[in-house]
Amino acid sequence: MSTAIDIRSVVKRYGTATALHGVSLSIADNEFFTLLGPSGCGKTTLLRCIAGFEDVTEGEIRLFGQNIAGLDPNHRPVNTVFQQYALFPHMSVLENVAFGLKMKGVSLSDRTARAGRMLEMVHLSAFADRLPAQLSGGQQQRVALARALAPEPKVLLLDEPLSALDLKLRQAMRVELKTLQEQTGITFIFVTHDQEEALTMSDRIAVMSQGRVQQIGTARDIYEAPVNRFVADFIGETNLLEVTVDRIEGGIARVTLPGGHTITCPTAATTPGKHHISIRPERLSISAAGDLTATVERVVYLGTDLQLLARLTTGEEFHIRLQNSARAQVPAPGSTVALHLEEGAARLLAD
Amino acid sequence: MAGGMTPAPQGNGTGYRAIVGPLLIPTWVMIGIFLVLPVLLMAVYSFLTKEFRGGVVWDFTLAAYDQFFLNRGLFGDEPPVIEWTYITIFWRSIWQAALATLICLIVGFPTAWFIATRPARTRAVWLFLVTVPYWVNLLIRTVSLKFLIRENGPLNESLMALGLITDPLPLVNTNLAVQLGLFYSYLPFMVLPVYAAVERYNFALSEAAADLYASRWVTLREIVLPVVKPGIIAGCILVFVPSLGAFLAPDLLGGAKTFMIGSLIDEQFRGSQGNWPFGAAAAMILMTLVLIVLTVYARAQTKGDAR
Repeated sequence: MSTAIDIRSVVKRYGTATALHGVSLSIADNEFFTLLGPSGCGKTTLLRCIAGFEDVTEGEIRLFGQNIAGLDPNHRPVNTVFQQYALFPHMSVLENVAFGLKMKGVSLSDRTARAGRMLEMVHLSAFADRLPAQLSGGQQQRVALARALAPEPKVLLLDEPLSALDLKLRQAMRVELKTLQEQTGITFIFVTHDQEEALTMSDRIAVMSQGRVQQIGTARDIYEAPVNRFVADFIGETNLLEVTVDRIEGGIARVTLPGGHTITCPTAATTPGKHHISIRPERLSISAAGDLTATVERVVYLGTDLQLLARLTTGEEFHIRLQNSARAQVPAPGSTVALHLEEGAARLLAD
Repeated sequence: MAGGMTPAPQGNGTGYRAIVGPLLIPTWVMIGIFLVLPVLLMAVYSFLTKEFRGGVVWDFTLAAYDQFFLNRGLFGDEPPVIEWTYITIFWRSIWQAALATLICLIVGFPTAWFIATRPARTRAVWLFLVTVPYWVNLLIRTVSLKFLIRENGPLNESLMALGLITDPLPLVNTNLAVQLGLFYSYLPFMVLPVYAAVERYNFALSEAAADLYASRWVTLREIVLPVVKPGIIAGCILVFVPSLGAFLAPDLLGGAKTFMIGSLIDEQFRGSQGNWPFGAAAAMILMTLVLIVLTVYARAQTKGDAR
């Protein structure tokens, strides 16, 4: 598979502040790639560097082998779906979608036909003659998508495009976006702070924090094998405990848990000593003899799940999730339970 | 003005209407006293007969309009031909006002853009600086301008001292001087509404245009200008209309060749030389012209919105 975007040691500084600290990553052609991180982590800055709205201070951005770091945005074969859509308010929906084609010199009849097909694809044919202000938020979002896809860019950049929509619409659009990406075969680079969005749509995800890429991998990789505390904590829910590592061998660590029990688990850390371990709350079961002992303080009913807010006998806060099945015995608040760590529940982190 | 669709007031109709009538009385009184009444007076005067020492005789006649458009010879007994004197003055005024508007736009738009793209806290300072000249009376400013550009004034003397010219430039009493005066007088009227429009402009639109392969120039033409058009039109009207009727700048800075409508009307109401009905008629014709321009604009605007 060929490489669509190759980002090499990109540094972006604003005066004395550094937004990107030497980011390197490569994105394959036809991939749905997500930049995920909290606000201020540099994900939008990186996207804007790819689009050309920001110059990079150092480093290279290669698009199918060509360094585009010095090109103006209008000379880059990438298109963007903006967070607030940025539709041209004085143009009809059709004119908006046809704008990129017009700039590329496509004839009026050809671009009208192509823009029409794009609107069909996003189910907005009936609205071609409306002005953007006459559409709902979800419809404007789809116009922005059609407008960015119409010139058939090599790479489509999406800057938190779903954040302004309500939950139902957002969930529907996730499926629609993924389908569109598969239909068109265009590489999507999607920026979001919403991990659920990232996990449901992406082929691969880059988790970013403080201007650095923390981890790159599939949804399963970053959820099941987080490398550090930031990733483990940011993706999903987890319990982080400080532990003593006795021995590391062949990617497996021997760890003494609070309370004295010893287990083995996969590890990202390479040296023995004090480290953090991540224990996913849904990979625990209540059993007679467990690896950890905790006192239940509160039971939260979540519909499909029950969340137990507990405290380990050694004092740390600990969360447990149980499926809300009819058989499940729900421990009463105040009771003490023994917890068994299932396969893959624990992972030792690098930092 | 342009573009806004005011939603019909909601709520229980009868109660609302009962209140709104009385509440609007002050507005109607204001409009009546300061707008309708003066215009009516002007209209009536334009149909009266002039008296020699200024003032009017209450004999209704079309003489003023006749004098404006037709020439019946020295003694008024020849077959009428079109009188070009006043039409030429009007045409020259329109032309001068249009040119002044264009110059104000060319200078005012980048100025407004500059101010609107400064950090929010310094914008107020720039706007204040734009309005500073308005703290001084227009007459004084225009006279000062005349002193600045006269043959042995500071402009010519410094240019000669720098060796750029050998003889002073004859600027006073030229069209150029009038343009300078109009430009100086009305520039803020362009800057302020354009600033208001640019300040609301969403710069993500420019990024979107660049992203879709538009060059800077095309972005300006296809996106920026259409979006801030209401501000530009407002600025153009605010400069064009007073420029058309201006008399201070043409009087003080222009010569006989740059006689404009404002001066013509002004003259009709001065001392015993004046002709009130003729001045009123000229004012009515000027107002009609302006109203036609505004109506055409309003029509075009509604069509654009109704799309």
